[in-house]
Amino acid sequence: MKKAIITVVGKDTVGIIAKVCTYLAEQTINILDISQTIVDGYFNMMMVVDIAALTADFQTVSNSLAKLGEDIGVIIKIQREDIFNQMHRI
Amino acid sequence: MINIFEVKETNDMVEKENLDVRTITMGISLLDCIDSDLDRLNEKIYNKITTLAKDLVKTGEYIEAEYGIPIVNKRISVTPIALVGGSACKSADDFVTIAKTLDRARAAVGASFIGGYSALVSKGMTKADELLIRSLPKALAQTELMCSSVNLGSTKTGINMDAVKLMGEIIKETAELTKEKDSFGCTKLVVFCNAPDDNPFMAGAFHGVTEADSIINVGVSGPGVVKCALEKVRGESFEVLCETIKKTAFKVTRVGQLVAKEASRLLNVPFGIVDLSLAPTPAIGDSVADILCEIGLERAGAPGTTAALALLNDQVKKGGLMASSYVGGLSGAFIPVSEDQGMIDAVREGALTLEKLEAMTCVCSVGLDMIAIPGDTKATTISGIIADELAIGMINQKTTAVRIIPVVGKKVGDEAEFGGLLGYAPIMPVNSFSCDAFVNRGGRIPAPVHSFKN
Repeated sequence: MKKAIITVVGKDTVGIIAKVCTYLAEQTINILDISQTIVDGYFNMMMVVDIAALTADFQTVSNSLAKLGEDIGVIIKIQREDIFNQMHRI
Repeated sequence: MINIFEVKETNDMVEKENLDVRTITMGISLLDCIDSDLDRLNEKIYNKITTLAKDLVKTGEYIEAEYGIPIVNKRISVTPIALVGGSACKSADDFVTIAKTLDRARAAVGASFIGGYSALVSKGMTKADELLIRSLPKALAQTELMCSSVNLGSTKTGINMDAVKLMGEIIKETAELTKEKDSFGCTKLVVFCNAPDDNPFMAGAFHGVTEADSIINVGVSGPGVVKCALEKVRGESFEVLCETIKKTAFKVTRVGQLVAKEASRLLNVPFGIVDLSLAPTPAIGDSVADILCEIGLERAGAPGTTAALALLNDQVKKGGLMASSYVGGLSGAFIPVSEDQGMIDAVREGALTLEKLEAMTCVCSVGLDMIAIPGDTKATTISGIIADELAIGMINQKTTAVRIIPVVGKKVGDEAEFGGLLGYAPIMPVNSFSCDAFVNRGGRIPAPVHSFKN
């Protein structure tokens, strides 16, 4: 398993999760966990995903997600999980 | 499992608080390029750098994309060129050809800077050392992003005052040759006491002779992250203040450690060190001076500044040391003037003087950095400033440095513009009393006693 974290930040609107999940399914990215909350009035969503079966390269997925975010009006990022583990776990 | 608030904290550091990895620096030994034929030497140097570092920039960009952390610079450091060029170079101009080769190799691989056009002369100068030093004005004027450093003293050897005197003249000459661009050449030249072998930061990076054939060193940044963390503990005691800095430094350094390990793996080059630094940039919110203000000073330079900086520097080390498996380089808070908006403001308002900056360098890395002074400052005065700063390093067993720019044609009240990460600087007044007789004595200051520490 190779984990990555997808974050979605922006104004809440109908269908954000649906659109992101559809794209992830097309890329054979499996969702392991989803959590969401409102911070400072903004919609914050985090997905833990498995990118082991990913065929496209990481950069392409990252760019496509960013583009999808622009279309919906939110910011979408994908990052390898290691950076968060390194920073927050000893 | 990582939770949403931890993810948000990390991403806020990057997006709102200017967290970045300042540099991945690849150290490359050029000792195996040594040749008595100058053309062959240049060719070997070019080939070795462009072979070993060919994927450096690409790898840096790949790591940036995968982890979502900006890596501002990808740099190269090489073996001090005075050692490499000694057998081939018969004149200062011969050394200049190597400078151009280094800059050409840097441009070919797309690196941001190359450092190591250096000489280590803490006790004495060889013929090659002196030729390299004398080639500096031309070498710095005729290359774009090549940096140079000269180690003039150490705790073990004392200070080479002949070389200090020479460097005062060389800095003036370098300023003169690049006067059209606010004496920009001097921003790429630094002199040291106790120069580290594994420093990833410019202008002082070189690949020491004690190092392996090639190595990856990483310099982290993050003054903005510390500042933002401290905003949340305003009015709390020193205990809370120090704990907050330590925890923040730990987190910032962990990112550096991750990037260093990943770069090392992808490039198949051993991991050297992480340099635990707070490296400011002229960007708003990326300032070490602003941290000092957040600690409780109206402006950097106010009474209390040296104490505030001392505790900041110490807590950054305490937090960072545990976060990385190998720590080295300069490791500490940097206090350059032109590269830090808070410092620039403090100088403009008269809160911060050259003398106070000198006191501050006693308790942090690195030294008098990116300080613009009037262009008509005498060479001996510059040598005197250098000698003072190196003496602090020699006696306190720490690295100190001077990167000072006598901006030709400018005087106190004017400003010099260097551009990019180097920023801009108000011209600072210099004590006008002479030290000619002191600098002109010649010889060395002996190594200090290593006991009786009071």
